[in-house]
Amino acid sequence: MTNPGITLTTEQLEEFGDELDAIRQRILADLGEADASYIRDVVRAQRAFEVAGRALFYLPPAWPLAVAALSISKILDNMEIGHNVMHGQYDWMGDPGLNSRMYEWDNVCPSEQWKNSHNYIHHTYTNILGKDRDIGYGVLRMDEDQPWHPYYLGNPAYAFLLMVFFEWGVAMHDLEVENLVAGRRKVEDNAALHAGIMRKVRRQAVKDYLLFPALTGPLFPLTLAGNAAANLVRNVWAFNIIFCGHFPAGVATFSQEECEDETRGQWYFRQLLGSANITGSRLFHLMTGNLSHQIEHHLFPDLPARRYPEIATEVRELCERYGLPYNTGSLGRQLGSVAAKICRLALPDRRERSRTPGPVVAEPTAA
Amino acid sequence: MSLAGTVLRSRTLAALTSPHSVDRYLELVNPMWAAREVRARIVDVTREVDVPGHPPVATLTLQPTSTWRGHRAGQHVQVGVEVDGARRTTRVFSISSSDSRPGERFTITVRANPDASRRQSVSRWLVEHARPGTVLHLSQAQGDFVLPDRVPEHVVMISGGSGITPVMSMLRSLQRRSHRGRVTFLHYAQSPEHQIFAGELEEARRSGHGIDVHLLHPELGDPALSPAYLHRLVPGYRDVATWACGPAPLMEAVLASYDGSEALRTEYFRPPRAGTGASGGELVFSRSGAAAANSGAPLLEQAEAAGLTPESGCRMGICLSCVSRKSEGTVRNVVTGEESSLPDEDIRICVSAPVGDCTVYL
Ligand code: FES
Repeated sequence: MTNPGITLTTEQLEEFGDELDAIRQRILADLGEADASYIRDVVRAQRAFEVAGRALFYLPPAWPLAVAALSISKILDNMEIGHNVMHGQYDWMGDPGLNSRMYEWDNVCPSEQWKNSHNYIHHTYTNILGKDRDIGYGVLRMDEDQPWHPYYLGNPAYAFLLMVFFEWGVAMHDLEVENLVAGRRKVEDNAALHAGIMRKVRRQAVKDYLLFPALTGPLFPLTLAGNAAANLVRNVWAFNIIFCGHFPAGVATFSQEECEDETRGQWYFRQLLGSANITGSRLFHLMTGNLSHQIEHHLFPDLPARRYPEIATEVRELCERYGLPYNTGSLGRQLGSVAAKICRLALPDRRERSRTPGPVVAEPTAA
Repeated sequence: MSLAGTVLRSRTLAALTSPHSVDRYLELVNPMWAAREVRARIVDVTREVDVPGHPPVATLTLQPTSTWRGHRAGQHVQVGVEVDGARRTTRVFSISSSDSRPGERFTITVRANPDASRRQSVSRWLVEHARPGTVLHLSQAQGDFVLPDRVPEHVVMISGGSGITPVMSMLRSLQRRSHRGRVTFLHYAQSPEHQIFAGELEEARRSGHGIDVHLLHPELGDPALSPAYLHRLVPGYRDVATWACGPAPLMEAVLASYDGSEALRTEYFRPPRAGTGASGGELVFSRSGAAAANSGAPLLEQAEAAGLTPESGCRMGICLSCVSRKSEGTVRNVVTGEESSLPDEDIRICVSAPVGDCTVYL
């Protein structure tokens, strides 16, 4: 376990939980027109970028611009809109267009399946080894406590592929391919999921790789390449932001035993230690869907993301008071830290080698 | 329109805008353009009666989008508005104008609900604040409380309070269709001052088209509804096609008077029941038909205790796997303590504890 040994007493945990609940309640009571017009503005901007992108493909010299506009549209659609709407952040508005039950995003992963693997599994069991399947997505070794295997020598290569094909990785997440390979899951178990994924994949592919290119006539190959490029940009961006939110140095993971019968305070505590933020400008936060405030998002997954920056000040202050770490850093720093971890964990642990059979001894203490 | 409509509703266009619907793009250009959804612009607001100390009533004329499929007299429509500019609240209103064809204007007549809180009251907002130009969200017309295509020679209409709107729509339709038979129109109101459509009803009575209008005010000594009274007005009334709509006490009297007659068709508006502020009361799981005494625990637990297996995940209010529709009653969010009594509301049953009676679609 990589929990760096930070603890709070039971009473402290309780207070800590109450303080966070109070923040949550205050924001809930304050939701209103500003939040509604914010998300509507983002939707309007996203649709405008999309239309602009699709239209610019008719102008071959503007190809890079078209790709840029479409990439921005897809990033906004997936992050500030899709991810957040599907967390129910705007359900209180009663607008079917912004409702978690009805929203479908521009991504090959069907929203229904994503809500299970993400909203339920990942957000409930955040960073619990063996439960949170987002740790390594079933293909990577992202934690010291995942036992090393020669397969993991390919860790950096797998990470690169997962980045390039991120939306496909997310779509296959629920299929639990690693458990299929290991014989812990049967192919039949996936039949219903398969059907859903194929339906969604077909729709996305027909639109991006057939219909829109065909509509540009002789420019078909250029448009097709442009659409593929926009999907790639979105994949690379989303992968990096998400990996910076959970895998930089200093993020804790937990064992299943530790998390049995958690109180609300303990749950908050784990969410805090299991996430990391990225610093940046307002525009940067928008483009990450405010997942640059991963800590606040994990504490309050269903509060509108535009509130995270404002909440962050209070959460930081709380952390200082309780002597808890608040993991944040620039994009460069967090990315570097994640990359280093991916490479380091490709190799067997030095610690692990020294741990091989022998009497169990207390951890060597520094002089 | 029809060509544009065909294009807008085509599968190709849907494939191009996927995963979003065509309407999600159209609404950004003009809220009155729609391929599937129904919206309406308010074109006129007329105060019907305005008795000091009593809730005002207004008739709103609505121009729907071309997606409106029209309505039959007696039907109702769901109207959604954002009262505070953010939260869309939906209420059902009867249509008061005669049958409409696709895309055609129609009216709803709304009494401001004096009991509802300002923030949640659609009716108050519509009567007091709605202005021409405002766009509303609509459903298609709904309901089987309608006139048949072939109207019998003699019909009876009984209404009370706001229940006059659907039967008014029927009466207007009959006039428009130049029905030449006999109509017996009975309406119960608190006092003559409260009487909406009074002038028009008076005109109908004098039109010489066989419309008997009886405006009754039992508080002022007019006869209450009873078999004897009905018999005096319409001998053998149990065999005469009758449409009745009104508040619960009136409807009970109607049902008792008609004694299971097949000639009677009714529509019933139940006011939303407010929470009692305590646990206790009855839980109704309307999908499975199960019921249980409310123990005050979150609905998910109570449903499971009743032998149901609702979908769930985190059981702590974050994953939304357990969202279900509450049709009636008050629930308290056990995390935030917030209470909510809106009818037809989606709630997370793992963190919602019922307060008093509650009906959930489980
Ligand atoms: S079970 Fe997760 S929100 Fe209710």
